[in-house]
Amino acid sequence: MAIEVRIPTILRTYTGGEKAVTGDGATLAAVLADLDSRHPGLRDRIVDEKGLRRFVNVYVNDEDVRFIGGLETGLKDGDTVTVLPAVAGG
Amino acid sequence: MLVIDQETYDAIVAHARRDHPDEACGVVAGPAGSDRPARFIPMVNAARSPTFYEFDTHDLLALYREMDDRDEEPVIIYHSHTATQAYPSRTDVSYASEPGAHYVLVSTREPATVEFRSFRIVDGSVTEEEVMVVPALDHA
Repeated sequence: MAIEVRIPTILRTYTGGEKAVTGDGATLAAVLADLDSRHPGLRDRIVDEKGLRRFVNVYVNDEDVRFIGGLETGLKDGDTVTVLPAVAGG
Repeated sequence: MLVIDQETYDAIVAHARRDHPDEACGVVAGPAGSDRPARFIPMVNAARSPTFYEFDTHDLLALYREMDDRDEEPVIIYHSHTATQAYPSRTDVSYASEPGAHYVLVSTREPATVEFRSFRIVDGSVTEEEVMVVPALDHA
């Protein structure tokens, strides 16, 4: 199952500069694990031991996965995952 | 150095004043690689707070898709401080994730004084830079 994952500028050091990479898996967690096998360290910038990092937003198509199932969000062929760091501060 | 036109500079300051006492935030996008802040995009502070700002998650996705479609990038990311100086807070530094952007801080603590400063925030380190306000940006 081919899932396109769009990578933000700050994480492209892990993807050789690529704006988008392709992952395989039936859930977001599986796709991130698959990507990490080819882009070591990428996953740790998106999730920590408690789940998705607070200030990294991950979307499946148009939905923020926090509202639809988090790391267990199911994926199907043709879905697009977008990773965007929050724009936030104090 | 940040080179910015007067109209965009004024629009950022006006947004900060308008949202006071909450923090205001937004982006000025420009053609990728140009370092030219061309398109002023005020954003909603989803935190609606005097001490914190965050772009709404769906607004953020829409913004980045639009910039991508237009081959733009965030040249400026701005926000206001409403009670403290226009200098990045520890929180600002820890969340800064656009090493290519100019981080503009405006303080609205003094109604009669404009504090407008620009910084690079890369790998947790803050470098202030000069701000040059010009009548209009060169479109060449």
